[in-house]
Amino acid sequence: MPSPIAHIVPFKILLRVFFALVILTVLTVTASEFNFGRFNLFIALTIAVLKASLVLLFFMHLFWDKPFNAIVFIGCLIFVALFIGLALLDSTQYQNSIHQQQAPGVQHKPLHP
Amino acid sequence: MSTTQPHLASHFNSPQQQFDSGKLGIWLFLTTEILLFSGLFCAYAVYRSNHPDIFAFAHQYLNKWLGALNTLILISSSFTMAWSVRAAQLNQKNLCTTLLAITILCGSAFLSVKYIEYKNKWQEHLLPGPRYNPRELPPAEAEALDDQSRDRKGATWEGGAASTLPHGRSLTVAALIPPTETFRAPIGPAGLNPAWVDNDRSSRFSMSWLAPTPSLEPEPNNTHIFFGIYFLMTGLHAIHVLVGISLITWLLLRTTRGDFSPQYFAPIDFTALYWHIVDLIWIFLFPLLYLIGNT
Repeated sequence: MPSPIAHIVPFKILLRVFFALVILTVLTVTASEFNFGRFNLFIALTIAVLKASLVLLFFMHLFWDKPFNAIVFIGCLIFVALFIGLALLDSTQYQNSIHQQQAPGVQHKPLHP
Repeated sequence: MSTTQPHLASHFNSPQQQFDSGKLGIWLFLTTEILLFSGLFCAYAVYRSNHPDIFAFAHQYLNKWLGALNTLILISSSFTMAWSVRAAQLNQKNLCTTLLAITILCGSAFLSVKYIEYKNKWQEHLLPGPRYNPRELPPAEAEALDDQSRDRKGATWEGGAASTLPHGRSLTVAALIPPTETFRAPIGPAGLNPAWVDNDRSSRFSMSWLAPTPSLEPEPNNTHIFFGIYFLMTGLHAIHVLVGISLITWLLLRTTRGDFSPQYFAPIDFTALYWHIVDLIWIFLFPLLYLIGNT
C-alpha cells in the first residue's frame, strides 16, 4: 500500500545505510589508531561527510524529496562555510600580541603590586 | 472533507500540500539549528587552527571508545527512527510503537554514557576555566594549599622544584624568571600551580580509565579552553538529545492513542528529521573531539 503523500523508504535501503554507517564508524576509529600526520583531520572529516551524506540522503529522504528542501539545506551549508572560512581568514592576526598563549598582562601580573 | 481528513487544515488543498509545507518549515528550522551549532564549530576551528597543540594534548583525556559507543548508539537510534516513519506510513502501529520506544531507549543510553563521561571529567577536574586542575590533590591537602596560596606564599615559584615533576615535565620557564620579579600563575590552567608537584597520579580516582592519562607531554598552557569547547559543544548537543527524547515520548503516546495514519504521520516524520540532524551533528563532533590524534 503506497502512501499517497510521501515516498516510503524501502526497508532494505534503511538496513544497508545503517550497516554502512556502522562500518564507517569502525573505519574512522581504526584510522585514528594510525598517524597520518596532517591527513588525520582530512581523513576523519571525509568519513564524517560520507556518513552525514548517507543520513541526509536516505534517513532524511533528501534523495527522494522535492529538491527545494535540499536547496535550503545546501544554502545553509554555504553560509556556514562563509562564516567559518571568513572567521579563519584573520584569526592568526593577533598572535603577535599574545605572549606564551596568554593575553597581554595576564602572565606578568606582579604578586605584590 | 473535514470528516474524511480530520488533520487537513482548511488553508491547504490536500494532505500532500500540507505535508510538504510542514516539511519545508522543518527544514528551515533545521538550517537554523545548523547555524546555531556552526558558531561553536567556528570557535573550534579558530581555536584549533591557532593552538593545535592544546587539542592534541587535551583530547587524550577523552575516552574514544565511549565516544565510539555513543556514535553507534546514536546511529542505531537514527535507524530505528527512520524505520518508525516507514512503519507509520504503512500503518504498522505496533511496530511503530516498538521502534519509537527503542529510539527513546537509545537516546537515554546515549545520555547515560555522556553522564558517565561528564561525571568523570567533573571528578578529574577536567573542567573549563578556573576549575581546570586535573592534578588535584586529595581535598584536605588541596584546601591547605588553597589557604597557602591565599597567603600568596605558595604561589611563588621555586625553580628547584622542577626536578620533582612527574613524567619529566620541564618547566624551564621558572628558571627564566628573575627572583625579583615574581609571577602569579594565571587563574585557570594548572600551569604554574605548585599544587601538583608532589602529586602521585596513581592515587587518583578509580574511574581514571575513563579519562586516559595523557602520554604526550608537556602540557600546553590554557588546556582548559579545550574543555570549554568540549562542554559547550557536547552540552548543547545533549540538550538537543533531551528535547528529542521528549518529542519522541510525545509521539509514542500519540501513536498508542492511534492519532497517526498513512494520511497523517507528519509529526513522526518531522521529529525524525530533527533526530537525524542531532545524529548528524554528533557524527562531526565525534571525530573532531575524540579522534584528533597526534598532529
